[in-house]
Amino acid sequence: MCLGVPMKIVSKDGDNIVAEVDGVQKEANVMLLGEEVAIGDYVIVHAGFAISRLDEEYATETLRLMREVFSAEDMA
Amino acid sequence: MKFQDEFRDRELVQNMAGNIRRMAERLPAPVNFMEVCGTHTMSIYQYGIRTLLPENVRLVSGPGCPVCVTPIGYVDRALACTADPRNIVATFGDMLRVPGSHSSLMEQRATGADIRIVYSPLDAVSLAKNNPERRVVFLGVGFETTAPTIAVSILEASRRKLTNYCVLASHKTMPVPMEILTCDPDLNLKGYLCPAHVSTVIGGAAYRPLAEKYHIPCVVTGFEPADVMQGIEMLLAQTLRGEARVEIQYSRAVSWEGNPKAQAILHQFFEPCDSVWRGLGVLPGSGLAIRAEYAEFDAEQVMTLDVPDAVENPACLCGEVLKGKLTPFECPLFGEFCTPEAPVGACMVSSEGTCAAAYKYGR
Ligand code: SF4
Repeated sequence: MCLGVPMKIVSKDGDNIVAEVDGVQKEANVMLLGEEVAIGDYVIVHAGFAISRLDEEYATETLRLMREVFSAEDMA
Repeated sequence: MKFQDEFRDRELVQNMAGNIRRMAERLPAPVNFMEVCGTHTMSIYQYGIRTLLPENVRLVSGPGCPVCVTPIGYVDRALACTADPRNIVATFGDMLRVPGSHSSLMEQRATGADIRIVYSPLDAVSLAKNNPERRVVFLGVGFETTAPTIAVSILEASRRKLTNYCVLASHKTMPVPMEILTCDPDLNLKGYLCPAHVSTVIGGAAYRPLAEKYHIPCVVTGFEPADVMQGIEMLLAQTLRGEARVEIQYSRAVSWEGNPKAQAILHQFFEPCDSVWRGLGVLPGSGLAIRAEYAEFDAEQVMTLDVPDAVENPACLCGEVLKGKLTPFECPLFGEFCTPEAPVGACMVSSEGTCAAAYKYGR
């Protein structure tokens, strides 16, 4: 019930978006988001609402750090 | 998919496990970390995370499944709402099978009660609009993730001047139960994987008082296996350095301040109240009640619900499972007498329940 899925916005009409994950499309409302979102952005959808936008830069950075940790260890 | 597949990379997760094992060798004593979210619990069982950890790093499941922590008395009140033929009871799907004292919504529905499953609280408002002669009672359960969406439904109902929409509210809020569990000497917790989606709303800063007052490391952690592994690494690193800070591992979705817009709408319609948690009892200031200005949308105010005292099934150990004191495997009913098809307790019902996760994925 607390589930939230990262979904890609495929269309937008005012506060209403259609977002997609694994080929499944869902409608959601973006009025709870504090920032503007656009087609192509990723959001977490929960109970019919986008509750957070996913930040690509931070995602890349997190992955970089994850990979760095073990490569440093492997060299040791 | 971007934001998902990369964080499920097997090799990455294995390598992180190696790193965790090396760090754990330096621990003077075993540590217990609690994963608070039901979705963490699911992910940990699904990806076999426990089997990747050394013996001295233990993960304990916490009270972060909203359906599971909803007390039996609330289910009884919801069932009472179904008795009035004027009412349509609207609910998220996973409340349906949760056993009340004597019945469940599913059983009531089979005997003719009008119970509708909705995906969004706004669907419940549409139901009210399309059925003006009926009254729609929405079962408002969930944490800070869900409460704003229900606040929006009240806003929408008031905008449309609907007089036949109300919410039976039992929302719960997060840091309070963590404080109670931190003080429990039996659990001896040394760190938290803090809830991910709740934190998109309340923000990482919400855990600072907890981390500081009890000197316990807190890491807001995502749900993918690599996220969970990194969360554990970060907790271990803090433990080894003797630190107790809040860190955000899940920075792609969670900020320090959270989502101010969702917070504002939540506080417009709800105020803190004491709340009963299954397994934990009454926790002061851990729930959300509908503000008096919006009493016309509060099911408790517009209806008189006469409900006898709740009767718990004494054999179900959900309360202990929710506190992290027992694993599902330690419950004598698990698997044989209690299954997702015929659940005895709430922890077996919800897809995020610890017993359901353990049943589906095993150890
Ligand atoms: S296995 Fe069933 S009866 Fe046992 S604690 Fe879990 S939900 Fe309750």
